[in-house]
Amino acid sequence: MDITRRRLLVLLPAAAVAWEFVRAGTPESAPNYKTSEHWWGMLIDITECIGCGSCVRACAQENDVPDGYYRTWIERYHVTDYAIERPQVESPNGGKEGFPMNEDSSGKNFFVPKLCNHCADSPCTQVCPVGATFVSPDGVVLVDKNYCLGCRYCVQACPYGCRFINPKTNTADKCSLCYHRITKGLTTACAEVCPTGARQLADLKNPKDPIHEYLRTHSVQILKPHMATGAKVFYNGMDGSVR
Amino acid sequence: MTPITTPCDLNHRSLARFPVSKTIALSQRLLFRRAFRTPRVRLLFKDIEHLLRLAAVMLIALVAFVVLRAAVVPKSFGQYGHYRGDAIAELAARPVAHAGHEVCEGCHTDVVDQKKLGRHAGLHCEVCHGPQARHADDPASVKPLLPDTTVICARCHEANSAKPHSFPQVASADHSGGLSCNTCHQPHRPKIEDRGKPATGAKK
Repeated sequence: MDITRRRLLVLLPAAAVAWEFVRAGTPESAPNYKTSEHWWGMLIDITECIGCGSCVRACAQENDVPDGYYRTWIERYHVTDYAIERPQVESPNGGKEGFPMNEDSSGKNFFVPKLCNHCADSPCTQVCPVGATFVSPDGVVLVDKNYCLGCRYCVQACPYGCRFINPKTNTADKCSLCYHRITKGLTTACAEVCPTGARQLADLKNPKDPIHEYLRTHSVQILKPHMATGAKVFYNGMDGSVR
Repeated sequence: MTPITTPCDLNHRSLARFPVSKTIALSQRLLFRRAFRTPRVRLLFKDIEHLLRLAAVMLIALVAFVVLRAAVVPKSFGQYGHYRGDAIAELAARPVAHAGHEVCEGCHTDVVDQKKLGRHAGLHCEVCHGPQARHADDPASVKPLLPDTTVICARCHEANSAKPHSFPQVASADHSGGLSCNTCHQPHRPKIEDRGKPATGAKK
């Protein structure tokens, strides 16, 4: 085939486009995931949560969480009119099997799903003596279970009570924001199975992520802001009594 | 008794009998030949053998530390920060359990057509059917179990004062009297009037 000038001019842009596809790879075999291009967080809409416990069950199945331990759990708040400062909080079996009907339906009743807040300035990673827990370059607080000693410093340091010692491995365990899923382009297991969309995975570095519009237009809060942890789990419609 | 001839002979050791002392003495004579000419310096380096032994011990300890550290600390430690860089890839390599609704919808198009007309349009498949990644990988041999509607439906729709008031709730004892939900409702398109209507062409 002799290449004329005209043919070359047609071929060059086509080859450039083809080369881009080669570099990007197919989604399955080469995820082409760049940690520097993401900054993960989560959005939780308390006004949407129905306390069905789907997220708790899905999390346990996705991450092999042992019974009686929770990477995510749901709390039911009962705030009476006269004791706003002292809400009654319950979480039977982490909310895994839903919640029984309240005996006292007066006052305010609502569900608050909890999980690791994936703090940007996390207290738990700072106390690890061996560097087994860390904030990854894409903003997820992870535990290297092959390197963890199980000293429990981080369990004590977390102000949100999100860590536990896994009885199988005897190492620290916590929500990984389904790191094995989000790096493959999927959403977290809890967000995947939330029937009302109360949980949304959010990429704060992606300018097209709807989180930015949501944060602009809603009065969104984080848990324990006075501790300056840089928590990245945002709660919409959160009552002042939530701790 | 042999006369004291060299500084390292204080402990009455013969240079000939101790090869280590002999080499040290030899090296010190070569190194400090000029310095040893003045008597004061000669006095200062009188016990140089001890210092050199100490230095040798410290050097061996230093080498042992460097070698041990290189062997014990993982290669990728410190790649991104004060942790093992390989841990990120190890955590990301875990297999998924929930396939995700896009995978389900790739095959079960008939259910998608049904579902998108009803109020369960926004619900993903694995909310009720559970994790199905193994079924998605091998649809022929791994068959998912049908969920029990009396349990599954009640988790969301059982009345509870903590649920948002706009969310449809029933007290199942009064509502159905123990009948399973799918006796009347089709879970993919739960409104009873919609039951049996064709999936395509029907209006919402």
